[in-house]
Amino acid sequence: MRENVVIRTVSRLSIPFIQLFSLYVIVHGASGAGGGFQGGVVFAASFILMLIAFGLSGIRGRISEKGTMVLAATGVFIYAGIGLLCILFSGNYLAYAAIESALGIPHLHGLLIDLVEAGIGITVMAVMTSIILDFADKEGNIRD
Amino acid sequence: MILVIDFALLLFMIICALAAITVKDLLHATIILAAYSLIMTVLWAEMNAVDVAFTEATVGAGITTVLFVAAIARTRRRSGD
Repeated sequence: MRENVVIRTVSRLSIPFIQLFSLYVIVHGASGAGGGFQGGVVFAASFILMLIAFGLSGIRGRISEKGTMVLAATGVFIYAGIGLLCILFSGNYLAYAAIESALGIPHLHGLLIDLVEAGIGITVMAVMTSIILDFADKEGNIRD
Repeated sequence: MILVIDFALLLFMIICALAAITVKDLLHATIILAAYSLIMTVLWAEMNAVDVAFTEATVGAGITTVLFVAAIARTRRRSGD
């Protein structure tokens, strides 16, 4: 299966569109269906397609254990940081209106919602990718 | 008309669920479970729960299938009981 040119070419073509769609889902989550979790899972699914098409040796150099863990922590940090920033502006946790009224910038809460959703998406994507890569590694090697 | 489609989907879903727990080959059970998840996605979307349908499609049909296949590849394919 590794030498199948159809699988490799089709996944090479479709992976960027899957990732673009996942970004659309994350940004669109505030006003419609979708959100950070679903977008992150779709982004992880693009890495799974990459794993199926190119094999574990093809992507081991690109996605490292340390990188996924740093991304997972970064997403939680963005989420919690914006939530605590709202408390700093004397609002409740994740009450974006407090920042918006304090700074006087209109429609700032939409940007903050997108940032929080992006944080959720980054964490979900990193953790899902890490779990799948650890499962796929049959020899039980530690990725570095 | 939509009621007929609903009943057909529910029937297929029950058949898939029963088949997934009775079949002996675990890889077959995983694929049947993915089909169950796909039918469930259509049913969620038909009940106007688009968010739940999206989550079911991505997690149920996508991630769990790959996780189960990876777990079967590391263990045995035949069911023990």
